[in-house]
This record gives sequence, structure tokens and C-alpha cells, in this order.
Amino acid sequence: MFIITCPYCGDRDQTEFSCGGEAHIERPKQPTELSDDEWAEYLFMRKNIKGVQFERWNHSHGCRKWFNIIRDTSNDKIHAVYKMGEKPPVI
Amino acid sequence: MSKNLRINKNNFIDQTIRISFKFNGQQLFGYKGDTLASALLANNIHLVGRSFKYHRPRGIMTCGSEEPNAIVQVGNDPSLTDPNVRATEIEIYEGLEASSQNCWPSVNFDIGAINNFLSPLLPAGFYYKTFMWPASFWEKYEYFIRHSAGLGKAPTKPDPDIYDHQYSHCDVLVVGGGISGIISARLSAEKGLDTMLIDDKNFLGGSTIYQENEAYKINDIYSNEWLAKEIKSLKNYPNLIIKNRTSLAAFHGYNYLLARENLTDHLSISDRKNKIRQRLWKIRAKKVIIASGSIERPLIFSNNDRPGIILSSSIKKYIDYYGVKTGENISLFTNNDSAYETAISLNKSGVKVNVIVDIRKNSDSLIVKEALDLGLKVLWESTVVETQGYKKIKSFEVMKLSDDGNNVIGNKTKHNCDCLGISGGWTPMVHLFTQSGGKLTFRNEDNVFIPDEDKTPPNQISVGSCNGEFKLDEIVTRTIENLKSFLDLSKTCYDEIKINCPDEKSKRNIWLLPSDKPTGKTKPFLDFQNDSTAKDVKLALREGFKSIEHVKRYTTTGMGTDQGKLSNMHALGIIADTTGTNMGELGTTTFRPPYTPLTFGAIVGRNVGEFFDHTRRTAIHNWHVKNNAEFENVGQWKRPWYFPKNGENMHQAVQRESKAARDSAGILDASTLGKIDIQGTDASEFLNRVYTNAWSKLEIGKCRYGLMLNEDGMVYDDGVTTRLGENHYIMTTTTGGAANVLSKLEDYLQTEWPELDVYLTTVTDQYSTISICGPNSKNIISKIVPSLDLSDSNFPHMSFKNIKISNVNCRIMRISFTGEHSYEINIQSNYAEDLWIKCMEAGKEFHLTPYGTETMHLLRAEKGFIITGQDTDGTLTPSDLQMDWIIGKKKFDFIGKRSLYRSDTIREDRKQLVGLLTDDPKEVLEEGAQLVENINTKPVEMLGHVTSSYFSPNLNKSIALAVVKSGKKLKGKKLIVPMENKNINVTITDTVFYDKENKRLNA
Repeated sequence: MFIITCPYCGDRDQTEFSCGGEAHIERPKQPTELSDDEWAEYLFMRKNIKGVQFERWNHSHGCRKWFNIIRDTSNDKIHAVYKMGEKPPVI
Repeated sequence: MSKNLRINKNNFIDQTIRISFKFNGQQLFGYKGDTLASALLANNIHLVGRSFKYHRPRGIMTCGSEEPNAIVQVGNDPSLTDPNVRATEIEIYEGLEASSQNCWPSVNFDIGAINNFLSPLLPAGFYYKTFMWPASFWEKYEYFIRHSAGLGKAPTKPDPDIYDHQYSHCDVLVVGGGISGIISARLSAEKGLDTMLIDDKNFLGGSTIYQENEAYKINDIYSNEWLAKEIKSLKNYPNLIIKNRTSLAAFHGYNYLLARENLTDHLSISDRKNKIRQRLWKIRAKKVIIASGSIERPLIFSNNDRPGIILSSSIKKYIDYYGVKTGENISLFTNNDSAYETAISLNKSGVKVNVIVDIRKNSDSLIVKEALDLGLKVLWESTVVETQGYKKIKSFEVMKLSDDGNNVIGNKTKHNCDCLGISGGWTPMVHLFTQSGGKLTFRNEDNVFIPDEDKTPPNQISVGSCNGEFKLDEIVTRTIENLKSFLDLSKTCYDEIKINCPDEKSKRNIWLLPSDKPTGKTKPFLDFQNDSTAKDVKLALREGFKSIEHVKRYTTTGMGTDQGKLSNMHALGIIADTTGTNMGELGTTTFRPPYTPLTFGAIVGRNVGEFFDHTRRTAIHNWHVKNNAEFENVGQWKRPWYFPKNGENMHQAVQRESKAARDSAGILDASTLGKIDIQGTDASEFLNRVYTNAWSKLEIGKCRYGLMLNEDGMVYDDGVTTRLGENHYIMTTTTGGAANVLSKLEDYLQTEWPELDVYLTTVTDQYSTISICGPNSKNIISKIVPSLDLSDSNFPHMSFKNIKISNVNCRIMRISFTGEHSYEINIQSNYAEDLWIKCMEAGKEFHLTPYGTETMHLLRAEKGFIITGQDTDGTLTPSDLQMDWIIGKKKFDFIGKRSLYRSDTIREDRKQLVGLLTDDPKEVLEEGAQLVENINTKPVEMLGHVTSSYFSPNLNKSIALAVVKSGKKLKGKKLIVPMENKNINVTITDTVFYDKENKRLNA
């Protein structure tokens, strides 16, 4: 049960948030140009890292804003929180 | 049995207040402050239970939460009885009734004890090995195994007690009220930090508070007196909250902790009324100080489990704290100095200490000298090899140890006793530390796992004996020293502290003590509750188990309700010795929460009954209740299911409602449909991207049905969206999908298409929806809104108008989910019930009939309209639903478009939605029933299943929707629905059964 620093609301309990999986998987701009394999790569393939992972989170029981976090899945240490559209900070 | 073993000592137990209680039906007495265990021992009752596997007689072994044997059933009331409670933790109260578990017919005569004599046949893994063959017999075996397994009895009726949850956001949480915890709490409070101190006992001070011994002094007074003063001084801090009877259950990451506070379990039944029984504290502490102490280890020798064999430190607590003699002829068996403190305490209280067996060669510490000065007899370099006494220990046999400790030598001597104290050293309680993510390090010198300073999560510290500090001066000075940096203190009230205490120099540890008998003939118990012996662990190793986690599960060592608090270290030690590994490399099993068992009541707190989940009711709910609606749960909503009249059953009511809706007029409360207000200059573009069909050209004032997919191409939700203005839409979603659709749309807006100027607002609760359908709906609406021109040219199907009803702004849509001429009025929820009543009055002359969800489902099925979530299950594309017409093929993109021509989604033999008619029109299929073609070729191929099925009163026959492999191509095909006792013949048809030309929409 970690604490997440929502970039809009500040420190809040994890129970207020929901995780949206791996971050920085951009929806293809022209899906129709993609082969089945390329589309499947976007649609289905996700990393599940033990260690530092980039994740999308939503403050679903708060401001309802989406943002990204960098979290070490082995100890839940959150290295950085940044807004959607921002470049991930170097850690 | 009726002997009184109480000595006159009044420091902690109030001997003026007598309390009567029952154990196994026998009326007994104790005093205020007693635990059930201390009161039983005072009554000379040692035998309290039977062991799990062999049903061996077992007695009270400890004085705390680590107790493996003395677990009892408390209370007889079928709603209040509590199983597996440790007698060492129950405070007695007037009227307490407790009984032994795992024995039948009684603890004194237990038939299951035959297992003890069969024990050579019941080695580790016995059940796994024996009941494998023949596999088909498992059901027979299971019956007997289930009946003989299990400890206490669960309550059979609902729990009437009140449980509570409370949050705390303190600066510092101190776990444990022993000497290091008290010092920590005072230092933290002194600095002005909001501090919470919790301890699982009903008193503070740990074991130091009754350590009245010349050898232990702080600032020149007895350590117990010094500590009592410190505890008193805690009252001066308003920023310090002290919670007794509060056990820490779990320590999660980011200093989030759960603790269970017992509020009434120590009160007499009559004093508990209307009080909260337990409170679960949810604590988010800025800093945590763990001062959870340590527990004494037993020694592992043959038949070390007899009643009357007690941990030496517990014997000391029973005599010094409770004033209870655990026997009158006590001997001690030890590998360290602490048993000598027990001997001195017993001697002071006038209890005979017969002999002290010590495996060490000698010890010259002060405390040993003091014992020797008292004339106590010590057998050095010796071990107990055997004990006698079935229901209570009578005697034990001692032999000399060889130099290397692997064998015994010389002659056996036999010693009589009625109680044997054992002490195998101390184990720091590192459970909480490891739960929080901390890593342990092994200290070879005294065989303990202690917190690794470098691998401690931030903002926590372990102090005192749980950190591997066992000497009083070490505990106090190191606690102070460590807290100075942890809490950033410069000067403290303890800076000049002076401590005297004895020094233990001699150490010897043997995990499994040798015996003169071969291993097969001994019973050295490791896990007392689960009856696993050192032999079992060795057998597991011989059979190839190497990982400690595997050995644990195979032998069940450490898997009882005590979670191996006493047994785990010895199991590790024996594995390390046998395999020649260092214990540090072997590691420990995982410590998992809760530290001590939690009640389900405490976990769920107030979230029971009607508070278990939210209940959403529409604004018209009261009218439905008054008009005898039966309700259906749809998500959190209560929706009218049907409105039975004059004793109708559901079928009769639904047939009547369905007929009325098509013959004249029906009215439905559709308020639960999700409503999302969409505004912004890019609203049209946004809809283009989220729905499969095109939206840009939809005129203002017009409505359109939309289908929403997931990115994988599967149908996700559907509903009608209305264009209210140039940049303003209102979208309806399914009742169950409303919240998820909004979240999904927000996700795309915020993350994929932030450039779009679109704003989404849920207005599901703000607007109520009343739907009126049927050939007379127009007549009814014209009575309610006389000013509105209802002609098809002014107000055609799939359009909307802003209207006023009694000066209230409403939106009226001409849309239909039944295939009838139909209107939906959206009105602010606070006027909804009024409008509903108005509609009922206006509709009276047309027999306007309220109908519920079941009739709604039937009417739409007659028209072949899908219900997402009923006819779809997340595996169907629009094409599978025969809805290719709704896919905007010319559109550049929409959510899920690319997936519609993946190799899998273009397969022709996918399951596809079809209609079904039964050959016998009276036969109604069961939803979920399978469809097959050939029943005789085995295995029978399943072609699909029925998704919706009704008897249609308007067609006077049974109709159904189903998904069938290649269904689109199979129109007219005969299939079979095999049921338990018959096969039903069906024919695949079109999905639309009623009014295929849609004439009724404009009727």
C-alpha cells in the first residue's frame, strides 16, 4: 500500500488510484497501415518487469487525471511522477 | 486436581477480585488480571488440548501469542463462539466458558490418540503418499480426512458484534511496550512528535516490569522500579496515545500498518452490550519504531511435548507476574543463563527447584553464581534424553554430552518432577521487519536472524531484543543511541543513565539434542501444534526436498495457527546441520501477515449488511415500492424487475406487461442508463473516433444509435447519442457500463488525444428517464405536453426536442428500444417522481402499464436488439452480431477498427448471433443451454449457446437469440439443444422476430 504523489493533488493513498498498465505505448497514428503482427504488438504485448517500470496511473477516486510514474516493482519505490505528455525524467 | 498453586503476591494480580469461569464444564476461579492460562495453572490444570495429528496430550507451554498448544474454543453461543484462541492471551472475565479442541469425547480421554501409537505409520507426507491411489477413491478418503482434521469450530450464525475501523496518521508509531518501547515512546513524545504506542498485553513494561533482581539496576534502583516510573511519566505527554490489548497484524510498505485493538473481549458478557468489540487501526506513520521483543526457544529432545514442559521464561512470568506456581517440584533444562533467573525467582517464592540441566560446560556469570550460592544443583554438560508421564510429566532422564555434542555418554540418571522448564535461547521477533520488506542477516555467534541495517526500508528502526540486543545495558543504551539519530535528537532525558546487569559469556547451541536411542525410537517435537518432529524434517531432506519453503510445506512445520513462532528456527537449524549448510545461507521462510490471527469481523469492520456495497435507487424508486415492484440488482442499481398484480408470478406479470406495451402503452423507468454530457468544439470528431459509425453529419436535434468497441475489435457498449447543439451531445450507455465507459473515454481524451477540445461530465444521477412506448404513447405525450407538435414531420423517429412540463425544462427524445412508437423524457431527478405520476394519470384511459427490466428484455428480443453483456461477452465483433451496417468503413479510424480485419476476426467460422425458434412453440429454452448438431458422434461438438430466451405473448411462441459457429450461413438449419432429460429441436432464423419492416415505429 504505497503513497502516490498525484501531480495535481499531492500525496494520496494508493487506494485512491488505479493502475493502467505500462506507460509510453502510443496508439499508432495510422493503424490501417500496420500488419497483423505490428498491430498485435501494440494491442497485446506488455512488459512485466521485476524492477524499474514505467506505468500509467489514474487518480480514479480523486481528480480522475491520468499521469505516469516510474516504480520499482520489487520494492514499490516510486522514483518519479510526471504528467501525461511529459518526457520521463532520467533516474 | 483441586490444588491451589497461587502464592500471595499482589503487584499485578488483584487477589481481592475473584472471577469464576468454566473450563470444559468445570467451574473454576481466578483473579482479575489472570489469563485463562494462568488461572488454569493456578488450579493445577496443565492438560488443555490434544495435538493436531497424533492427538497427544498437550499443556500450556508459553505465556504469550507464540503459544502452540493451549488453543481453546471460547463461548458456546453459535453466533459468538470463537475458535483457536490462545489461552495465554484470553483475560478471564466473569462467565467465561472455554473448552479444549481437537479431542473427542474429552481432553482426558480422546479416541484420536490412537494416532499416537500409529505414528510410525504417519510420517511426513503420509497423506500425500497414501491417498493418491486409486485416484477415484479420493472422495471416500476425503470424507474421513475432513472429519478428523481441523481445529476449532466456526460459529454457525451471523456475528452480532460491532467492529470498527479507524485511521491514524501519527508521526511515530512504537510497536511494543517493553523497556525499549517505553524508552522510544518517551523520547518521541518528549520531542513533541505525535506518537502512538501499542502493545498486545493489558499492561506495559514487557518482561522487565517483573524483573525484580538484585543483579539488574538502572540508576541504582531495581530495573522494574525504574521502568514503572518511566511508564508513569508517559502520562505527562498529551501527544502520546497508548493502546493496550492492541496487536500489530501487518506492516506493509510505506509505513502502512494494521493493528487490531481488543475492546471488550476481557469484559464480562453483560458489560459488553452495545460496545464495539474490536477496532482495526489503519496506521500510516511517518516513522515506525519496532520494539517487538524476542521469544524464548524450546529445546528439541525426545518427548519434549508433555504437559508440564514449559518455557523457562514463562515459568518465571507465571510466578513473578501472576503469582502462580507451575509446579511444586520444578527442574530446568537450558543452554543459556536465563533459566537461572527463573530458578532464582522460583527459589525466592519458595518453590523447590530440583535440578538445572545445562548443556554448557560451565558459566561464571553473576546470575549463575547467585543461583549456585542459593544451593541450586546444576548438571553441567548434560542433556535430557527422555521424559515420562502421559497426561503430565512425571520424570526425565539425563545423560552426559560428548565433547562435540553429537552423542551422549555415561550413565542415565532419572529425576522426578511435576514441571520442566526449558530454555533454548532467544529468537528476535523480526516478523514485522521482514513484512515491511526488510532483509535479515544471520549472527553466527548466537544463532539469530536480525535486521540487516543496510537493508532496512526507510523511516523505520528496530530496537531492543527484536534487533538482537539481549543484555539490559545493551538494550537501553543502544536504543537511546539509535533513536538519537533516527528521531534527530541532541540531548535526551536519558543521557546520564547508569545500568548494572550480569554478563553472559558461555554459549553452546545444539539444535537437535542427542539421545541414547536410535532416531527412529525418539519423538523430538519441533512444531508442537502440527506434530512435526525432527525426524519428519530429516525424512523430507532424505526424500530430496532442499528449499526451506518446500520442507515447510511437506512437513507442515510452522504452518499452524502459531505460524511456527517457536518451531521455525529449530527446523532451519536441523536442516542446516543435516545438509552442512550455514543457516545464514539457508535463509528463512517468508513471514506473512497477520502476525497473530485476525477476526473476519475486524477485517470487514462496518462494511456488512446494507453497508457492504452502495445501493443506488432511482428518483422514482418509492413509487415502484408502493406499486409492489419486484426488484432486480443491476450493478449497484435496484431496478424494477416486474410489477406483479393480484398474485401473479413473474411469468404471468411479464406476459401481461409485454402485451400491454404493444397493444396500448407501457411505461419504463430508464433512469439507470448511463448519461454522459459531451461538450467542446471537437465533440463530433471525438464521437467519430469512439463509435464505429459516422457522427459529423448528424443534425442538431437528431439522435443516433452507436456501437463502441474495445481496441481488440470486440463490442464494449452501445446506446443512443443525441446532438443537442453544434458542440453539445448527450450520450447514453448501458446501466452496468456507465462508469467504465466514462473512464475509458477520459483515458483516450487525456492520453491519446489531448489535442481534442472535449469535456465529459456524467449526468446519470442528475437526469431521470421515463420511457413511454406503444401505439397510444403519442396520445399520452400529447396530454402531458399539449404545445408540442408530435407529427412525424416535426418530431420524427430519432429526434429530440427541448420542452417544458409545468415550467420544468425537459428533453424529450423519440427513440425506441421496443420497436414501438416511443418517447423518452429526461427530467431533473427531483421532478421525476412527479412527472411519472403525471404520466400514469394521463395514461389511465389508455391502460398505461408500468413494466420492468424483464419485459424490456422480452420486447427488445422480439425485435432482435442486443443487450451488451447478455448477448455479447467480450468475444463478439459487430460483424459477429450481424451488425456490419453500423461499421463506418470509410472512416479513417475508430477505436477497434484495425482489429476488425485481424486474421482471427475475419474467420468465417466465428460464433455469430442468430435467432432460434423451437419446433414446439411452447418450449422455452434455457439461457446458456448448448447447441449441437449431431448428438451421436462423440465427442459432441458444441456449436454455440443460447444468450436470450423468452415466451413472446405478442407472437404466441417461444423465441431465442443464440451465438452459433458460422451462424450467419446457417439460416434454416436444424439444431439440437440437449437438456438433462430431453433433446429440444430448434431451427436457426433471422434475429428479428417481430415487425421486420419497422412499421410500428411510426404507427
